[in-house]
Amino acid sequence: MSKDECKQVVLDIIAEIAPDEELSDVKPEVALREQLDLDSMDFLDIVMELRKKHGIEVPESEYGQLVSLDSCAEYLTPKFNALV
Amino acid sequence: MEKYDVAILGAGMSGIAAGIRLAHFGKRVCIFERHYAPGGLNSFYAKDGRKFDVGLHAMTNFVKPGVKGAPLNRILKQLRIRREDLGLHEQIGSRVAFPGRDLRFTNDVGVLESEIAREFPREIDGFQKLVHAVKSFDDTEFNYPYQSAREIARSCIGDPLLEDMLFCPLMYYGSATEDDMDFGQFAVMFKSIFLEGFARPLDGIRNIIKILLQRYKSAGGIRRMKTGVSQIRVSNEKVDRLILDDGEEVEADIVLSSAGLPETLSLCSPSMGGKAESNVGQLSFTETISIFDKSPDRFGWGEDTIIFFNSRDRFAYRASEDPVDLTSGVICIPNNFEYGDLGLPEGIVRVTCLANYDTWKSYSETEYTKNKEHWRPLIWDAARRFMPDTDLSYDSDCIAHDMFTPKTVERYTWKRRGAIYGAPQKAKDGSTPVANLFVCGTDQGFLGIVGSMMSGIAMANTHALR
Repeated sequence: MSKDECKQVVLDIIAEIAPDEELSDVKPEVALREQLDLDSMDFLDIVMELRKKHGIEVPESEYGQLVSLDSCAEYLTPKFNALV
Repeated sequence: MEKYDVAILGAGMSGIAAGIRLAHFGKRVCIFERHYAPGGLNSFYAKDGRKFDVGLHAMTNFVKPGVKGAPLNRILKQLRIRREDLGLHEQIGSRVAFPGRDLRFTNDVGVLESEIAREFPREIDGFQKLVHAVKSFDDTEFNYPYQSAREIARSCIGDPLLEDMLFCPLMYYGSATEDDMDFGQFAVMFKSIFLEGFARPLDGIRNIIKILLQRYKSAGGIRRMKTGVSQIRVSNEKVDRLILDDGEEVEADIVLSSAGLPETLSLCSPSMGGKAESNVGQLSFTETISIFDKSPDRFGWGEDTIIFFNSRDRFAYRASEDPVDLTSGVICIPNNFEYGDLGLPEGIVRVTCLANYDTWKSYSETEYTKNKEHWRPLIWDAARRFMPDTDLSYDSDCIAHDMFTPKTVERYTWKRRGAIYGAPQKAKDGSTPVANLFVCGTDQGFLGIVGSMMSGIAMANTHALR
């Protein structure tokens, strides 16, 4: 999986959690919380969906890695590639 | 023995909302409900072919789509429910009615501000200060310390009449304590009623419950109705198993109870109820529901959605000494929401007053019926003083009616003393002395329909999903 594909996985999850959000112009380097109406409960959902849909575990101490799309891609892409 | 990841006591709003979260994320979850109908404190029934709602008169916390961080939008996201499905219609307008004084409010806080500027011109800055204090309060934090809401309000507002007029709706819609509230609860209620607002689906509460249950079922949740939990067997400070009313035993790793804090502790074996006895709620209510064959706007009552009334010099929110306290109450007219071309087939007027549990409980069956008939017209007269003049005749125009008392509430919800707002001391983080037993709903401390769902969501997230 490429980093861009990984970003798309995260965006797909956000689209499901927050269907009213406009996701087409999310800036990858800017914190998601600054651009979208996501709170800590929604970040829990992103983590839970990663586990449910893709079998990826994110320990609570590492939730901070999911701050922006770029950081998500940095952190999650190796995890996805390790699955195969 | 059946084994679940999570067992939930009670198919009310909080229990079902918790269940949706847990089932969605793959937990094996079962809701046990003793009643045959779901909804708990916000439920519904039919009598003589008519549909009745019980519980809250309206859904509080109404905001438009896209309002960031608002509880309604947060729970919709968490439950993956589409707002359109709730079919919400906004209120026309509500009113706090004290002797000679009216304060109108709508889902636009600007209306309340201009009413205060008109009625209490010297207090408008104080009101803005109070709004600021309410908005600055972080209600996502569970374990905030107790602060007297009256003290904080008095530091902003000088006129005791305005103070009482602001407290009256907030207490009637959620306070488990007399005369004063925890500022945290005050802030939550203030936002939900004055800064956000009221709405209602055309079909009432049943529509919200139906959507929650569909969502729960499609997520894979299990629900067992007419199946109460009669005992929570505890060993080594952990729930070992649940004993159901028919004697069946089930196991669960985590138990979430919406039965109320003292009620839940009383279910524990060995018993933990003793210490909780002083925490049983003391405030209970009666409600009359009157049906008319014409819409309220036809008899001049088409303007008000909800009216909070009080006839005393100082508003007293206390356990009633009389069977019914006629000096204050709440009138709700479910017809008066913005339904557009739609509408309700008949006129409905609900009047809620504080009532005395012990008296209603002590009546024989005959006395109970007789007293309901005695108080019903008195409650009507008490409410009518605060409504526009009308040619309506209660005796001849009211075509059907029903009435519940504290005894009715206790019978169908198993809330001790019919105390709908539960225990005065809340378990804000949901924890109990038993390691894997948590409370959600009224006694966790979030109130109202949206609040109860938020409670179920927050407790499921915090205690069963992490």
